[in-house]
Amino acid sequence: MKLTVTDLSVARGGAPVLSGVSFAVNAGSVLVLRGPNGIGKTTLLRTLAGLQPALSGTVDVPVDTVAYASHADGIKAQLTVTENLAFWADVHGTTMPDSVFGAFDLDDLRTRLAGTLSAGQKRRLGLARLGVIGRKVLFLDEPTVSLDGFSVKMFANWLRDVHLAHGGIAVIATHVDLGIDAPELDLTPFRSTAHASGGSDEAFL
Amino acid sequence: MIALLRRDLTLAVRAGGGFGLGLAFFLIVVVLVPFGVGPEAAVLSRIAPGILWVAALLAALLSLDRIFALDFEDGTLPLLATSPLPLEGVALIKGVAHWITTGLPLTLAAPALGFLLNLEMSAYVWLLASLALGTPALSMIGTFGAALTVGLRRGGLLMSLLVLPLYVPTLIFGAEAVRRGALGLDATTPLLMLAGITLGSFALLPFAASSALRVNLR
Repeated sequence: MKLTVTDLSVARGGAPVLSGVSFAVNAGSVLVLRGPNGIGKTTLLRTLAGLQPALSGTVDVPVDTVAYASHADGIKAQLTVTENLAFWADVHGTTMPDSVFGAFDLDDLRTRLAGTLSAGQKRRLGLARLGVIGRKVLFLDEPTVSLDGFSVKMFANWLRDVHLAHGGIAVIATHVDLGIDAPELDLTPFRSTAHASGGSDEAFL
Repeated sequence: MIALLRRDLTLAVRAGGGFGLGLAFFLIVVVLVPFGVGPEAAVLSRIAPGILWVAALLAALLSLDRIFALDFEDGTLPLLATSPLPLEGVALIKGVAHWITTGLPLTLAAPALGFLLNLEMSAYVWLLASLALGTPALSMIGTFGAALTVGLRRGGLLMSLLVLPLYVPTLIFGAEAVRRGALGLDATTPLLMLAGITLGSFALLPFAASSALRVNLR
C-alpha cells in the first residue's frame, strides 16, 4: 500500500492556497507537514481525506482505508469513554481492541462521561478513536494540541509500535516534535500565487 | 447504520438530549388553545383536526436544527463522512431517529390531546393513522432542510423558511383526513396521499440531503 499525491492544488473558501504539491508515502512511514499558520495544512489534509475536492491533481490511495482527525474530536459529552469508542468501532465494523485503553491511558476513565473529561483527556479519547477504527491511512491535523509531553510521547509510541508496525501510513500536520524519525515536508514553497485563477465554483464567495 | 441510530436515540434520552422538547411544545399548544378560543365545545371540536396537525408540525419543526448541527459542531460529521457509512444512509438514519424521538411520541400523545379539544369519537382512529403516516414525512423533509443549512450560524430561521412550504402538503392532507374522519366521511384518499408523500420523501430526500451535506462539509 502506498499513498501517492501528484501535482495537487487545493483551495480554501474558493481561493487557491497550495498548488503543485507532490509526495509519496510508503506503508509503515509517516510524513510530517510543516508550514506557518494559514499555509493550508488543514485544507490539504481535508482534500487528501476526500472531504473537499481538489482543484487539480490526483490523490492515489486505496478507497476505504482513510481516516481523518481534526481539531474537533467528534466526542459526545453525554456518552461514556467506552460508549464513544464502541460507537466508532461499530460504524467501522471493527471490534474494539482492549489494548487501546492502555495505549492512550484511558483505563481509569472507561466509565466516565466524556463531558467530564479535561481537554487533554478528550484529546486522548479522540486519538484513541484512530486505534479502534482499523483504518490504515491516517490524516491527522494537529493531533497533539492540548496534550502534555508525556501524552505526546504515548501517542508517538502508539503510532510507531502499533500503527506503523502494522503497515499503516500517516500524514501529520504539527508544530511540535513527535519524536518519530520521519521526513518532513515544508509547504511554504507550494504557496499558491495565482489568485482568482478561475478555480472557484462558488458563485457567492 | 444501526450503531448510529442507537447512538442518536441514546443521546436523545440522556441529559440535554431534547427528547421531550417537541412533545412538551405539542402539549402546551393544544392545552392553551381552548383558553384562547373559548370553552364552546362545538367550536373546539370543529377546529380540533387543524389545531392538532398544526401543533404537531410546529413541534416537529422545533427540534429540526439539532439533527445535524450538534454533530457538525463537535466534528462528528466529517468523521462520519470519511467512515464506511454512506452519507445517504447517515441522512436516512438521522430522519428515522428524529421521527422516533419526535413524531412517534406526538402520534401516541395525540389521542389524549384530542380529548381535550373535544374531537369527535369517529376521528380518533384517523388522527392516529394520519399522524403515523404523516409525521415520518415531516422528519425526513426536516432532515433535508437541516442538511441544507448545517454550518450556517443562526441557520434555524432560514431552515424554517425553507422547510415550511415543503410541509404544507403534509399538513393539508393530514388535517383533511382527520376532518373527514370527524364528519364520518371516508378519509382513505388523503391518507393515501400522506403515505405517498412519506414514501416519496424517504425514497428521494436522503440523496438530496447527502448532496447538501457534502457541499456544506467542504
